[in-house]
Amino acid sequence: MDPTELKRFERAFLPHMSAAYNLARWLTRSDQDAEDVVQEAYLRAVRFFGGFRGGNSKAWFLTIVRNAAYSWLQRSQAQGPITPFDAQIHDVEDKSPGPEVELLQSATRQDLREALERLPVEFREALVLRELEGLSYKEIAEVSGLPIGTVMSRLARARRNLRQFLIDRGTKEE
Amino acid sequence: MSCPENKDLIEAYADGELDLSSSLEIERHMADCQVCAAALKSHQALRSALGGTSLYYDAPPRLGSRVRSAVRKQEKVFAVGWRPAWRWVALAAPVFSVAILAFALVIASRSSSSEDLLNQETVSAHVRSLMAAHLMDFPSSDQHTVKPSFSGRIDFSPEVKDLSNEGFTLLGGRLDYLDSRPVAALIYQRRKHVINLFIWPSQDGTGAGAMETSLRGYNLIRWSRAGMHYSAVSDLNLIELRSFQQALQE
Repeated sequence: MDPTELKRFERAFLPHMSAAYNLARWLTRSDQDAEDVVQEAYLRAVRFFGGFRGGNSKAWFLTIVRNAAYSWLQRSQAQGPITPFDAQIHDVEDKSPGPEVELLQSATRQDLREALERLPVEFREALVLRELEGLSYKEIAEVSGLPIGTVMSRLARARRNLRQFLIDRGTKEE
Repeated sequence: MSCPENKDLIEAYADGELDLSSSLEIERHMADCQVCAAALKSHQALRSALGGTSLYYDAPPRLGSRVRSAVRKQEKVFAVGWRPAWRWVALAAPVFSVAILAFALVIASRSSSSEDLLNQETVSAHVRSLMAAHLMDFPSSDQHTVKPSFSGRIDFSPEVKDLSNEGFTLLGGRLDYLDSRPVAALIYQRRKHVINLFIWPSQDGTGAGAMETSLRGYNLIRWSRAGMHYSAVSDLNLIELRSFQQALQE
């Protein structure tokens, strides 16, 4: 790659480093691994840069970050399960919302962090892209490779699970 | 209207993802339906909880330079691999190519060691300027005062830019000595971080891309443009120092 092309690449994608790191950090749940994933994503992106035709550079790059994170998860999964997969947490019924608004409002940062970390990875991904990165459903669909309808239902399920986790925790403490 | 069959629509509504007519329908429904109105409330509470706390992980400052150097390293490897002439030479005459490689390495290590020296000298000049009470020879935040202050003291006229709009305050100018010659030093400040920008004429008169290093905890960016060498050094993080450099180039 010649220097001007490299400059163009860096101008387009270095500004997305924090978004990339945030996503990678939430998917891998480790500082060190997130850094490795981000570096790997940049190395992949520069190889694919010829195929990038302008447009939404953030979504384009986050797609690569996400895929790099999943390859990383697969590699480390060979050594042991990483997501404590909880059937109960996976499918909760929507209960009538009563005192939960107050519970949610009183949730500390630590509570939220833990709750989000305990979600299955695909739910975590959807919530991070939506609530922390502020992506639209369409952009999430592009990054995650899903139809928009699936994004909508996945987000709703993710939120139900997160709410339920916080409520269970809140009632346990009382 | 009865409750929407798909409860997820309420969240899509709250996320601003529904078209106008569907949104209006949901709003009309929620005015009468307490269950759905409560669902919306709970959704909003969760959103504000997630948005209100700092759950966002910011990239560590060192990651930027790590990524940049990894990308450069990879791209250099590719550039050699793609050049067909090189491939042919490497296949046909391995001994010859080894000799060329060795020669190239000698040149590279030589020029890089003289660059290392200059980098170290630059960082030392920066540190020195902060240690003694000699940060500025002519303190002024006005570019039009700083620029003429150099005339008669050095044999070139450095460009002095006002970058206050970009968040870098000009503090003044100073004469310094680098690369075996007197150089101009402009002092800028970002929050508590002092940036020394050294400027001196280059020999070859051509421009060159930016080169970044970090030495003893200081970040340094060097580049040349329009016949001048520039070297910015600071304890500011690399990302902001890079935006300083870009602001200067514009």
